[in-house]
Amino acid sequence: MAELQQRRISIDPVTRLEGHGKIEIFLDDKGNVDHAYFQVPELRGFEKFCEGRLAEDMPQITSRICGVCPTAHHMAAVKALDSLYQVEPPPAAKMIREAVYSAFVAEDHILHFYFLGGPDFIVGPSAPAAERNVLGVIVKVGLKVGQQVISARRKLRELSAVVGGKAVHPVFGLPGGVAKALKHEEQAQFAQVARETLDFAAFTLETFEKLVLENSDYVNLIRSEAFTHRTYYMGMVDENNQVNFYDGSIRVVSPDGREFAKFHPKEYLDYIAEHVEPWTYVKFCHLKPVGWKGFKEGANGGIYSVGPLARLNASKRMATPLAQQAREKFFATLGSKPVHHTLATHWARIVELLYAAERLQQLSSDPQIADPAVRTLPTQIPREGIGIVEAPRGTLIHHYQTNEKGVIQKANLIVATQNNAARIAMSVEKTAQTYVRNGEISDDILNMVEMALRAYDPCLGCATHAQPGCVPLLIRTRDPLGNIVAVLYRDTDGHVRRNPDLPLG
Amino acid sequence: MAEKPKLAFYWCAACGGCDEAVLDLEEKLLDVVSSADIVFWPVALDFKRRDLAAMADASILAAFVSGAIRTTEQQEMVRLLRSKSQLVFAFGSCSHLGGVPGLANLWTRDTIFQTVYTENASTPNPDGTLPQLITVEDGRELTLPRFYDTVQTLDQVVDVDYYLPGCPPTPKILLAAVNQLLSGQLPERGAVLAPDHALCEDCPRRDSHPDHLALDQFKRPQDVLIDEGTCLLAQGILCLGPATRSGCEAQCIKGNMPCTGCFGPTSRVRDFGGKALSAIASVAAAKEEAAILQAFENVPDPIGAFYRYSLPSSLLRRRRLQESGQLEAAHSPTG
Repeated sequence: MAELQQRRISIDPVTRLEGHGKIEIFLDDKGNVDHAYFQVPELRGFEKFCEGRLAEDMPQITSRICGVCPTAHHMAAVKALDSLYQVEPPPAAKMIREAVYSAFVAEDHILHFYFLGGPDFIVGPSAPAAERNVLGVIVKVGLKVGQQVISARRKLRELSAVVGGKAVHPVFGLPGGVAKALKHEEQAQFAQVARETLDFAAFTLETFEKLVLENSDYVNLIRSEAFTHRTYYMGMVDENNQVNFYDGSIRVVSPDGREFAKFHPKEYLDYIAEHVEPWTYVKFCHLKPVGWKGFKEGANGGIYSVGPLARLNASKRMATPLAQQAREKFFATLGSKPVHHTLATHWARIVELLYAAERLQQLSSDPQIADPAVRTLPTQIPREGIGIVEAPRGTLIHHYQTNEKGVIQKANLIVATQNNAARIAMSVEKTAQTYVRNGEISDDILNMVEMALRAYDPCLGCATHAQPGCVPLLIRTRDPLGNIVAVLYRDTDGHVRRNPDLPLG
Repeated sequence: MAEKPKLAFYWCAACGGCDEAVLDLEEKLLDVVSSADIVFWPVALDFKRRDLAAMADASILAAFVSGAIRTTEQQEMVRLLRSKSQLVFAFGSCSHLGGVPGLANLWTRDTIFQTVYTENASTPNPDGTLPQLITVEDGRELTLPRFYDTVQTLDQVVDVDYYLPGCPPTPKILLAAVNQLLSGQLPERGAVLAPDHALCEDCPRRDSHPDHLALDQFKRPQDVLIDEGTCLLAQGILCLGPATRSGCEAQCIKGNMPCTGCFGPTSRVRDFGGKALSAIASVAAAKEEAAILQAFENVPDPIGAFYRYSLPSSLLRRRRLQESGQLEAAHSPTG
């Protein structure tokens, strides 16, 4: 619930997402929104304490960035280790990795639709707060469907455990392969779960179409300006520009849908830069060639987003038939490409759920996946490695530099939610400005603001794997155009000064 | 009908993996919510901090807190939960022992700060902008919680009644604890709710563990093909099974990788890393210094190997702050 203190509303904590976040809304004299901030008030410190650790421990240490998407960090780390040791895993190892990864993406997308973001649609954005959750979803869709959801998720997580030991924080990834081969009976289990997941994905799409697309209020909400931002989009694609979660090139399209860039993971530093703001612990990614122009949409601002909607926008098609069919309907219904409506991300996520299930089916029906050769032992001296995967929430980059013994000297981690951080901040502000009017504040109005945030399925634990220090006070004053005209800085000893070294942009 | 007992779940410096373990109760989670009300759980339910603050003291039967403590906000939240709850459970490695985020105790706030905000390869920041405790933009004041130099375990900040070990605890461990709680059959206060013996005793590869191990050299897992049936230590791979509390169902071993110690020590051990180091040293054949150094050549990161989940709870606790010119007391709650 809100806390109104002198024209100021706090939503603390934001709920049904991973990690810590709060929203601060400032009202003007008439009770309309002057400005709204999305803040991330937590940090841990992975980039620093990875230094001194062994490179081969990175898949398990960095998975602790996020227990919701541990497999994404595990896989980005393992790919960075392949690159570090210049070693090519045998075909079966790559297939096992991608099969586990597909199972993980499917499970994570199911989690979001039924447990985290979906309740806003399934139970309703204005339902009482105590019912707007997975238990409310089960009441709404019936216990039988609820049990199907639970069973689908459990079986997919069991696949991760079959290969990775554990579903939360798996252990199977090694440079040049995986720790053990897939047995024939395990392959049969993968194939069985793939079939069931595909059925469940199709059921989920039907449910979405029935509950959301046949409800004109929801469709109008999805299309509304409050939930629309014209930004760049980024996602990984294969050689045919089809969405790929595990491997490929990074493609970026501009707000008008044209290809802006397509680059190899090793070139990421030429395209991505991070901007620091003093009021949050998260850093804001933007396109380096465009530069940081503030929280501004359009081709002249460097803001992009990642994740399901961005992947559909940044690719040309899906690699599997049912997902491709669903994708065609997605773009035909919403009428343009790219689709700039944030809430359409929920739909895009289900298109991807179909793809993940179909891809899992392809891989698990290929006899080669059970080949016993799953390791290539490294022989090269390690130096530097970069690994990129598409996490469920978007592009995830791990970059390590080591000494000749494979001890980490430097680590750079750019996670999905950092890529989305600027667009998320804009979404929070825009929905707040639209829905908070004349000082009228209610739980369901504020939930609309949280809905904008939840569509991204943000992972704030991931976004703040970094960890800063602090100095006590910074005051920035802006002119009406938003330019900073004065900066006052209070040092740790309490000394206040105007500091010309501090940022004016 | 009597009111159902109330439960709360909260995360501090955590990854959400413990919350996933709650979801991994699957169908059994429905049984739990039929006999108890979950009144606070940010990852899944829309109750806010204000709702928690409005509850009567001790009105919650038990709060399960995951994550280590490293900001003022986390400290305030666990104190609030402590006052509202009859029992507090440290839930998972981070709140129990400090966990992986506890490795940050090898550094200071300032060194971490430089790495992330000014030296980072993708962060061009020539002006040196840093996150601030208070930022005022045109009269709008925004605050961030203060960040401590030292990561702390939950029981270094508030009284803890029970501990659930593991990164994350298994659904089985969690369910057993919830059942004991709801049936009033919890053991003596302060207990770690998991078997009190070493993982080796329950290891599926136990039969291939030789009575007397004498290794000339430890090997790194990427350098050898690992046999799926044989004791990992016998294959020369550093496995912490001899020192680690059981209860994890040997999941990592089943994944054909060694135990890294997330369940922490048994009740007879004060410092997990010290115990693990001693257990591993005892299987090295070498007796002379040169041979010992040779045997451990492939263990170049002993902190990461032996204290990966337990640095804040160890006797070492953190790297000395004085060395880096920091005079702030490392062990005070405000340090």
